[in-house]
Amino acid sequence: MDNPTEQQDREDTLKGVGCSRRRKEDARFVQGTGRYTDDIKLPGMLFADMVRSPYAHARIKSINKEKALALPGVHAVLTADDLKPLNLHWMPTLAGDVQAVLADEKVHFQYQEVAVVIADDRYIAADATELVEVEYEELEVLVDPHRAMDADAPILREDLVGKMDGAHSVRVHDNHIFNWQAGEKDATDRVFEQAEVTVKQDMYYPRVHPCPMETCGCVASYDKINEHLTVHLTSQAPHVVRTVVSMLSGIPESRVRIVSPDIGGGFGNKVGIYPGYVVSIVASIVLGVPVKWVEDRMENISTTAFARDYHMTGEIAADSEGRIKALRVNVLADHGAFDACADPSKFPAGLMHICTGSYDIPVAHLNVDGVYTNKAPGGVAYRCSFRVTEAVYVIERTIDVLAQKLGIDKAEIRRRNFVKVEQFPYKTCLGWELDSGDYHTALEKVLNAVDYESLRREQQEKRAQGELMGIGLCTFTEIVGAGPSRNCDILGVGMFDSAEIRVHPTGSIIARMGTITQGQGHQTTYAQIIASELGISSDDISIEEGDTDTAPYGLGTYGSRSTPVGGAATAVAARKIRAKAQKIAAHLLEVSENDIEWDIDRFKVKGVPGQEKTMKEVAWAAYNNVPEGMEPGLEAVDYYDPPNFTYPFGIYLCVVDIDKSTGETSVRRFYALDDCGTRINPMIIEGQIHGGLTEGFAVAMGQEMPFDEQGNLLGNTLMDYFVPTFVETPHWETDYTVTPSPHHPLGAKGVAESPHVGSIPCFTSAIVDAFSHLDVTHMNMPHSAYRVWQKVHELGLDSPV
Amino acid sequence: MTKQHVAFKLNGKQVDVLVEPRELLVHTIRESLSLTGTHIGCESSHCGACTVDLDGKSVKSCTVLAVQANGSELKTVEGLADAEGLHAVQQAFIEEHGLQCGFCTPGMLIRAYRFLQENPNPTEEEIRWGMSGNLCRCTGYQNIVKAVQSAAQTLQKA
Repeated sequence: MDNPTEQQDREDTLKGVGCSRRRKEDARFVQGTGRYTDDIKLPGMLFADMVRSPYAHARIKSINKEKALALPGVHAVLTADDLKPLNLHWMPTLAGDVQAVLADEKVHFQYQEVAVVIADDRYIAADATELVEVEYEELEVLVDPHRAMDADAPILREDLVGKMDGAHSVRVHDNHIFNWQAGEKDATDRVFEQAEVTVKQDMYYPRVHPCPMETCGCVASYDKINEHLTVHLTSQAPHVVRTVVSMLSGIPESRVRIVSPDIGGGFGNKVGIYPGYVVSIVASIVLGVPVKWVEDRMENISTTAFARDYHMTGEIAADSEGRIKALRVNVLADHGAFDACADPSKFPAGLMHICTGSYDIPVAHLNVDGVYTNKAPGGVAYRCSFRVTEAVYVIERTIDVLAQKLGIDKAEIRRRNFVKVEQFPYKTCLGWELDSGDYHTALEKVLNAVDYESLRREQQEKRAQGELMGIGLCTFTEIVGAGPSRNCDILGVGMFDSAEIRVHPTGSIIARMGTITQGQGHQTTYAQIIASELGISSDDISIEEGDTDTAPYGLGTYGSRSTPVGGAATAVAARKIRAKAQKIAAHLLEVSENDIEWDIDRFKVKGVPGQEKTMKEVAWAAYNNVPEGMEPGLEAVDYYDPPNFTYPFGIYLCVVDIDKSTGETSVRRFYALDDCGTRINPMIIEGQIHGGLTEGFAVAMGQEMPFDEQGNLLGNTLMDYFVPTFVETPHWETDYTVTPSPHHPLGAKGVAESPHVGSIPCFTSAIVDAFSHLDVTHMNMPHSAYRVWQKVHELGLDSPV
Repeated sequence: MTKQHVAFKLNGKQVDVLVEPRELLVHTIRESLSLTGTHIGCESSHCGACTVDLDGKSVKSCTVLAVQANGSELKTVEGLADAEGLHAVQQAFIEEHGLQCGFCTPGMLIRAYRFLQENPNPTEEEIRWGMSGNLCRCTGYQNIVKAVQSAAQTLQKA
């Protein structure tokens, strides 16, 4: 008979799926022995620093390097003219556009890279940048995207004039990048014409920046003797970088090694390929020594990969009971001077067509126009899966507006429109198949936990006393785990991911993945997956990522894809090993394979107690005693192409109190219920949720990148750009339900981005709710004290009673 | 530029370095002395990733000149653990999941180390204010607060 206690002990020893295992990576981080890009120091290494444009739009009349080159310790000053013979002065972007590596005759945004200085150390390099003399002729600046396609708008991209066939569609203006649509326009319009009720809300999702604690940087090292290039760099997708570097440089991919070492947070900022990387590589090849480039904070916020900047209009057609009949969304997307959005190639607006949210909507139409402006390129997914943040924002805001118009409670209107549990898998009218969900149960759990009715009563009382209290609700569905290669690729490479697992003779394991951790704890959680699959303790499993010479090819970590795709590859690779191990076990136990069953960490002969072989014993046998005809060894690799995305969801509720005299918002309560399917490490999940909520709080309450009329960025330091401290950050309450994904090998869905995606509309919902009795339907972010006070003042609420 | 001789005690060991008068302490620690646990996040005193302990005070080493450290006693994250093992703040950050990417962690730890000497039995609010010069983008601070509380208890028992 099986002994349940003994089995539980064996299960606990594994520290597998479901265990709040302490993190494997922490020992080095708490002792200062992490190895981040700027920690890498190679013999003879030089430093690169950029000369940047003070103007947003100007013609470069001349560049004089003489004084800079005369400074002792300066080795080179490179401009676009120096890169031209190598054809490296422009580079392809991930979005089918091209981007100037160094400004070629014209600058298109403030802080654009104009020249690079290579010097002995970072001080001399910085000195020399100031000695490079650049003469500019200022040009008319285009800041407002609404003006971009005016007949008299200044033309930004002279390289594209007259080329009206863009990467994604026909262009209708020289400043137009693409038009992209999803859904059925005519059918949607017809429903709107006949609808009992319609609402329409304009909203702006501001340009923001992921702003990880570590800025971007690299150390490029070209070995002339062996014609081999090694680049350590801050990349969330090192294998893609290798492919691009090989394509750009002509060096065979087999002689390019990209290493993402420890990464100090990414949040989408480290997906792109930046001019600093390219010029460091060129400089290393030209000078024959390693070259380091690390951007400072101002350069980070100003130039490497912003997010959002969507001007959106959400419209809903409904019946008088609030049941949604159609959704219409129009977007004007400000992509800056080069289209360097990091999206799957086929989707220039990312996965924006998940904008039907958690709701059963019969028909919808989405229309997106992307335009150029004199701003830095980017458009990355800031803790987000390719514009799902914008999509969730527009639907959640618009359904709130509908509820308000009809006088229906915002929880009730969601109940009426949710996709029902029995409808899953649910095909949305814009083409996605939501894999699983139980929205009603989750919503009721949250409403009960916070005693929603009491909160509404309290709000009534507060309003009677003239106080401002708001209750925000967001019931979001994410789309993560990009993605099935039939519709997702980056530069033509399908968005699979990979795992390679090797079981050593003594039963410990090394595994390598195509993803790369940036704080998510992959070294801990991937080992837990393997532990549960193979019955080897996760403490005996080493995980390595980020070195393209050793890890199998993968598309990297962003868009919450590691667990849905890399985690699936890990589970499948482990299962391949177990299948082989089972054959070896049968051979050792001298029974048929069919007579063997798996039990936590060992194979047993069915019905014969004591006849068993542990995985460790099988591992040893794999190297010396395998069945005839079987190759020795115990390892497997899996490239996992997911059959579908995964669709985590959550119900967030927020209670705010607003001070009428200052406009300051106090977040009294924030309750976040997440359903990410199977939970691999609850401790890490909770940590990810805390972090995502805090980033969402930052976006909603303070982050913005404002530009003046000349295209000057007003706020690119941590003095101006809001990163919440311990003091502002609210206390978070977390909760969960578990609705496994039916198509993922473990049922896991991914979680790290949900709290960012879901919390932002929840904050806006709460702020607007505080004013909703005064017919306010929407307020644009950020909800800083001054902006909220402006609303208070506009409504005359601050005047003495 | 003429270099100057600077001597100080770093993590209990006497060190001597030649520095340019304009050299920032963080660069001296990271590049001349090869202790890369102290990180650079903003070079403008906002983020606290470069926090070190200088003569019993938490300072941001990106805005201290190396020459100013002459004759001082410095402690960095590398000096927290001793022969007995990890310091209580290090252990607590692991136990309470007070770190993710690890980039802000050395600054957080060295600040927590000093803060708990300034205030051995802090309230949550005192921790939040006392640590507010250090930014983190990953954790949302909640588990760092728990870690500092837990370390305070451990240190009080010791």
